Amino acid sequence: MDPTQAPGVYEGVANVIAAVMLLIEFGLLRQALARDQIRLYMAQSALISVLAIVIAADRNLPDLYALAGLSAALKVVVVPLVMRRLLGRTGPEEGEEAAGVAGSQTLSPASAVLAGIVLAAVGFFCFGALKIHGPAAPALALALAAAMVLVAFGLMIVRRDVASQAIGFFTLENAISLAALVVASGLPLILETAFLFDLLVAVVVFGMLIRTHHGRSESLSTSDLTRLRG
Amino acid sequence: MLGVILALLIIPLAAAVACAVLPGPAARRLAPAITVTAGVASFGLVLALLPAVAHHDLNYLSYLRVDALSEIFLLATGFLYAVVAIYTVGYAERQGHDSRYARRLYAGLNLFAWAMLAAPLMSSLALLWIAVEITTIVSALLVAIEAVPGEEGDGAAEAAWKYVLIASAGLGLALLATVFAYFAGAQVLGEHYNLAIAPLIHVAARLPATPVRLAFLLALLGYGTKVGLFPVHTWLPDAHSEAPTPVSALLSGALLATSFYAILRYYEFTAAALGSGFPRDALLAFGVASLLLASLYVFGQSDIKRLLAYSSIEHMGILAIGVSFGAPVALAGVLLHVLAHAAAKGNAFMGAGVFLVKYRTKQISSLRGALDLLPWSGPLFLLAIFALSALPPSGIFRSEFQIVSGGLSGGHYAAAAVLVILVTVVFFGLTTGCTRILFTPAPRSLSAAAAISRGEPSAWMVVPAVAGIVVLFVLGVHPPGELTGLISRAVTQLGAAR
Repeated sequence: MDPTQAPGVYEGVANVIAAVMLLIEFGLLRQALARDQIRLYMAQSALISVLAIVIAADRNLPDLYALAGLSAALKVVVVPLVMRRLLGRTGPEEGEEAAGVAGSQTLSPASAVLAGIVLAAVGFFCFGALKIHGPAAPALALALAAAMVLVAFGLMIVRRDVASQAIGFFTLENAISLAALVVASGLPLILETAFLFDLLVAVVVFGMLIRTHHGRSESLSTSDLTRLRG
Repeated sequence: MLGVILALLIIPLAAAVACAVLPGPAARRLAPAITVTAGVASFGLVLALLPAVAHHDLNYLSYLRVDALSEIFLLATGFLYAVVAIYTVGYAERQGHDSRYARRLYAGLNLFAWAMLAAPLMSSLALLWIAVEITTIVSALLVAIEAVPGEEGDGAAEAAWKYVLIASAGLGLALLATVFAYFAGAQVLGEHYNLAIAPLIHVAARLPATPVRLAFLLALLGYGTKVGLFPVHTWLPDAHSEAPTPVSALLSGALLATSFYAILRYYEFTAAALGSGFPRDALLAFGVASLLLASLYVFGQSDIKRLLAYSSIEHMGILAIGVSFGAPVALAGVLLHVLAHAAAKGNAFMGAGVFLVKYRTKQISSLRGALDLLPWSGPLFLLAIFALSALPPSGIFRSEFQIVSGGLSGGHYAAAAVLVILVTVVFFGLTTGCTRILFTPAPRSLSAAAAISRGEPSAWMVVPAVAGIVVLFVLGVHPPGELTGLISRAVTQLGAAR
């Protein structure tokens, strides 16, 4: 693409959605409560489905409508529901926040966001420099997806509770879905569906392990997971 | 042959379902029989594939494919599935948990084996990823299976959490690799193809370089997390030491190899696209770092299963270095090493499991006089440790010899020298820890207090180890002609990629 030329509508939409998803990732980084993290995750997942619909319309790929529907059902409805019920059950009382999530940051929100900016910049510029773009790949959206991957890793690192770490992993999956939509939108539907069901199974397993963990320590904090080292 | 492949995909899955749905008392009675039957039958099916695969590749239903390379990994997994299934009968009996535990353990074991057998059967990189992801999910639950709620200092839940989080994040990178591999292929093959490996290799010369390079690096780091390559190995010692011993044996001997298989698939098409220089350099760096880490950490381990886990990191490092040498003899060594390591490490973990059942501890300092107390498992464990340390006439001696000679003949003197030195260091670490268990007599107080009498806990736990030793001996002294034919076919496949 000629850099002086204005991007087309599809590219513009893809880039804006990618940028908003990255901003939501930053929101997750500073959000203290698991409830609110789940809400942000829902918004981010909804954006992915919107992007899938945009691409489907622009490039005339009917498969992607089905994928958008499935992805929305799974990531906007089922996964948040499972996580909520799980956290609801681990809370001291119905509807209260579970112990160990708030205050699990190892860095102050300001430092965490600063670290996030550094990570995002590294991802963005490194991927930008690779200049990967085909007919269907806006280079900017791909670079933003790379930035999101690194920030999601950062999120998993700076939080010391199992709920935030799990949500960090789910948003990592969102970032990869974004990259996949941008560079591999033609991937056969059967494979895409298989990826999604895989995510569902992963969510269930994360859930079971979170419950095991909570059953042991009455908290979602990982600060007591220190026995295994070396 | 399609029937054999489908049976291989159905039998372990059916066994898992059967074990899961059986009612409590029946599960306790029938699950062992079902699992042993499924394990032995699966190994038989893998062997039945061997004559056909030694001559031509098998492609079915556009998503199933068995070639020489996948058959080797199927052999490793199939063999371990069979021996571990038999071993588990004794282990579960002696561990004395309730029928719920037995049902979960058997169902999980079959499902785990199913996913590991499915991975090499997939013709598409996307389905390969899905199979590897399923192995992670199932094995994470198996690692947590002995977690006791509310118990202080219980490591199983911690290990499972670490494992599922780190391995899933790693596989996230592997998924990204899959996406870029698709992107590279789509430039040549058009948008609608299913990421099958064979067409990708066929058009490799025309693939764009940057996405291929990126895909290989991401795959190496992503699947490397599950292989246990430094610096993404941190889940491995914990999961191996906290899992029930039959699961540890499968994790170490079969799962790490299956993940390495995924890396080899990426190696195959990357080498075809870019030449083998780039992927070999990357593998060399990861391999040497892993070997170095393992050689430092085998000293000072107090837990026998952790010690063996670090030895697994060592052997995965050897595999990576072997591939990086690139010479045909080194590649043949690598593939033989996969088989020999499966047998040896399976045996070593099964031996550690016998100690665990006998002494009720994994602490090396509390395990004493095993050669006296365990007339069969003691010597068998000793042989397994010697095999792991690459003493002749074990299969690992032959494979490492081939790898080193391939390195020397290719002019990689420094890397070959580092390999030999570090392997020797690990040999010292491993044997000092393990011979202490076997040869230091049990203090009178220990045997009296714990009332540990001489004798084997269960014949079910000895028979599989004997089978493992026989396999190691055969691989070391005279590998069957069909197997060497298979290996040289796989080497051509990997080497022809250049």
